[in-house]
Amino acid sequence: MSDLPEKSLFRVVGTRPIRPDGVDKVTGKAAFGADIHLPGMVIGKILRSPHPHARIVSIDTRKARALPGVKALVTADDFPDLPDVDFEAGEGAATLRDIAHNVMARGKVLYDGHAVAAVAAISPWICDEALALIEVKYEVLPHVIEVEAAMAADAPILNENQVTQGLGAKPDTPSNIAKRTVLNRGDLEAGFAEADMIVEGRYRTQPVHQGYIEPHACAASMSADGQGEVWSSSQGQFVIRALCAKLMGAEMADIKVTPAEIGGGFGGKTTVYLEPVALALSKQCGAPVKMTMTRDEVFRATGPTSGGVIEVKLGAKKDGTLVAAQVELKYQAGAFPGSPVGAACMTALACYDIPNFLITGWDVITNTPKVAAYRAPGAPAAAFGVESAMDELAERLGIDPIVLREKNGVRDGVKASYGPTFKDIGFQETLAAAKAHPHYSAPLAPGVGRGVAAGFWFNIGGESTAAVHITEDGSAVVVSGNPDIGGSRASMAMMAAEVLGLAVEKVRPIVGDTASIGYSMLTGGSRTTFATGMAVTQAAEKVVAELKVRAARTWDVAEDNVAWRDGEAICLDPAKDNKPLSLAALAGHTGKTGGPISAEVSLNAQGAGPGFGVHICDVEVDGETGNVTVLRYTAVQDVGRAIHPAYVEGQLQGGAVQGIGWALNEEYVFGDDGRMQNSGFLDYRMPVASDLPMIDTVLVEVPNPRHPFGAKGVGEVPIVPPLAAVANAVRAATGIRMMELPISPPKMRAALDAVAQAAE
Amino acid sequence: MPRVVIASSDALELTGGVAEFDVEADTVARMIRELDGRYPGLGEEIERRMAVAINGEIHQDAWMEALPDDAEIVLIPKIGGG
Repeated sequence: MSDLPEKSLFRVVGTRPIRPDGVDKVTGKAAFGADIHLPGMVIGKILRSPHPHARIVSIDTRKARALPGVKALVTADDFPDLPDVDFEAGEGAATLRDIAHNVMARGKVLYDGHAVAAVAAISPWICDEALALIEVKYEVLPHVIEVEAAMAADAPILNENQVTQGLGAKPDTPSNIAKRTVLNRGDLEAGFAEADMIVEGRYRTQPVHQGYIEPHACAASMSADGQGEVWSSSQGQFVIRALCAKLMGAEMADIKVTPAEIGGGFGGKTTVYLEPVALALSKQCGAPVKMTMTRDEVFRATGPTSGGVIEVKLGAKKDGTLVAAQVELKYQAGAFPGSPVGAACMTALACYDIPNFLITGWDVITNTPKVAAYRAPGAPAAAFGVESAMDELAERLGIDPIVLREKNGVRDGVKASYGPTFKDIGFQETLAAAKAHPHYSAPLAPGVGRGVAAGFWFNIGGESTAAVHITEDGSAVVVSGNPDIGGSRASMAMMAAEVLGLAVEKVRPIVGDTASIGYSMLTGGSRTTFATGMAVTQAAEKVVAELKVRAARTWDVAEDNVAWRDGEAICLDPAKDNKPLSLAALAGHTGKTGGPISAEVSLNAQGAGPGFGVHICDVEVDGETGNVTVLRYTAVQDVGRAIHPAYVEGQLQGGAVQGIGWALNEEYVFGDDGRMQNSGFLDYRMPVASDLPMIDTVLVEVPNPRHPFGAKGVGEVPIVPPLAAVANAVRAATGIRMMELPISPPKMRAALDAVAQAAE
Repeated sequence: MPRVVIASSDALELTGGVAEFDVEADTVARMIRELDGRYPGLGEEIERRMAVAINGEIHQDAWMEALPDDAEIVLIPKIGGG
C-alpha cells in the first residue's frame, strides 16, 4: 500500500520533544493580540446594535466627534460598498458584501451585537463616553431566531434580495432559506421496504461558540501613503491581509500582517471582525489603533456554529445490515448565508456503506451572529442525530454498538456517501481498537451508562509555503506562514530535523509575517501538519541536495558520490579516504563553496487522507439535580502517523472536551427580545478541568501514503463523536434518549420527572 | 474517456439536472473548460465552489492534476474546516 519508510527508521518523527514556543507561553512572555503596544497608539471600540433586526434610519456622530480625546469615528460610510461576489479566503461560503456588512452594518442591523460605528480615543473610558454620544435611530423590525421559524412562509425576511438556491426553478419570492443541498443514492423507498427494523428521530442542537480563551484583538496602523500594518491574533495572516485589503479598497502588497500568538481559534478566527475597523480608524487619525473585544462582544458578535434540527430515519435488516437512510438537516447560518450544512450533508452518513439514502440540507439565515467555522464544521450535529439513531438501532436489534458499526462501516473500496471511493482509510482499524480497549469491556457500576459513537472528517491540504535556512554554525531556521495553534512549530521543526539529520533542538521554527514568507492558506481544516509539513519537508530535501553538492565540491568528487546520512555527508568514492562532513562543517564555509544555503518551497498539497474516530463514554446521572457526570472517556482515532504524539493526543483530548461541553452545557440562550442572555463564561458553561476525567486516547496509525511521513489531519475528527457518545451513555444510564442538546441539568431533570410521572 | 459525476445537487441547476458526463479531457483544467463549454457557468461554479475527487483522492484548485482514462472523477462541494 505504501512506500513510506518504516516508522522505526525515524529519529525525530514520532518522538515527544518540548515545544519550542513553550517557555514563552508558560512564563507570559509570548505576545498575543492584546499585548501589542505601539508608539502613539490609541484605543478603538465598537458601538453595537441592541436590536436583533432593525433598519438604521440615521446615525448622528457630531457629539461623539466633538468629545475631547476622540481621534476618529467610522461607520459603514467609511468603507467601500462592495459587490455581492464570492470571496475565496478563509473558511466557508461568503461574499465580500456579506463580510463587509458583518464587520460594519450598512442599512440594517441583523443581530444583537452587530457593529454600527466605531471610535478611537486616547483612553478606553473616553471611547465608552463617545460611544454613548452616538445617536442611532432604529426602525425596529420583527426578528427570528429559531431555524424552523425562519423557514416558515410568514417569517420576517432578513434579506429581501435573497431567494432559495437549489430548488430547481428560481423562486420569485424572497426567503430566509439561502440554499437547499441534496445528496442521494439508490432507491430510498425500496430500501426502507427491505428493512426489518426502522428507527426515526428528530434531534436538535443550539448554537455553540468556539470558546477560545483569547478574545479577538488587533493593532493596526495606516500611513498617509496608504500603507498599512496589522498585528492580529488569527488563524491566518494572509486571510487577514486579503480581507483587510478588500474591505479597505487597498492593494494586498500595501498591507503587512504580523501574526500574534493565538489563544485558540478552532475555526472562529478565520475571518475579520476588528482588523479593517482598526485600519479605518488609524487611516482617519494617523495613529496606530488597538482594539480588543470583551467576552460579551465575542459571544454576541463573532461566529458561533449553527444550531439546527436533524431528522434521521435508518432502516436495517435483522442482522444489522443498513439498507436505507434519510437525513434532513436544517442549520442556522446566522445573519448571512453560509452555514456548514453542506459539509454536514457530506459527513452525515460518511462512516457507513448504505445502498439507498437521501440527505437534504437547508442553509437558513436568522437574526443571530453569522456563524463561523468550528472544528469539523457541520459534522458534530449531523453525527449527533445519526450516531444516536445507530445506537437506537443497535439496542433494538440486540447488537453490540461497535459490532453494528463494524458491519456497516466503510473500508477501502467503498464509495463514500459524498461520492468518491475511499482508499487508505482506517475506520475498521479504529473500531477494532475501540472494541479491544479495556474501557469498552470494563464492568459498569450500578447507575452508570456507557455510550459509543463514531465520527468522520475529510481533512484538506492546500497552498503552503515554507523555507529552511542553514545558519553559519550549522543549525537551521524553518519559516512557515501558518500561525501555531496546536503545536505546529514543533511538528515543522521535527520534520525538518528528520530530513536534515539534525537534533530537533537545532532547528528553530518561525511563523513569518506576510512580507517575509510566501502565501499560505490559514491554519485550519487540519491542514498545517499535512500541507505545510509537506512544504517544510521538500524545502529540507532541497537543502540536503545542496549540502551534498557542497560536500562534493569540498572533496572534489562527483555529486553522485556523496550520500547524506544522519546529518553528515558521506563520501562514496572508493578512491578517496574522506571523513564524513557534518552539517556544521559544511555550513562553516558556505562562502567558499557557493554561498548561503537555504530553500523555499511553495505548493498546493493534495492527498490529505480522511480521518475517523470512535469515542467511548461512561456517565452517571444525578437523579436529584439532573447533572450528568462523565466518569471515563476514551477517544480512539486513525491519525495516519503521529509526528508529535503528545500534540496529537492533545488534539483528541481538546476536541473531546469541546464536544462534551456541546453535549452537556453549552448553548446560546436568546430572550424573547432576540438578545443573547448568557454572553459570559459564568452563564455560558464550558467544561473546565475539574468537570472531567483525564481523556484517554488511542492513536491508530494507518499511514497516509501521500505525506512524506504518513501524516493525516487530526484536529477536526475528535469533536464529531462526543455529542452522541455522551447522549448514548445517558440513554444507557437512564433509559432516556435525549434528543435535544445540551443535556443540561434542568433538561435532564425534566426528562427524569416526565418518565417518573408516566410510570405513576 | 473519463466519466465525471456531480455528487450533490449544488451544480445541477446549471446542467438541467444532468449529473454524469463523459469528458475528452486529460487534466482538471481541460475538464473544467470542456464542461463550461457544454453548460455555461458550470466552469466558474466548479472553480469557485467545488473540489475534484480523482480515484478517491480529493483535489482542491488543482488544474494540472491528470485525469487517467478510466478514472473515477467526482465533483463535490469544496471542503474547509475549523
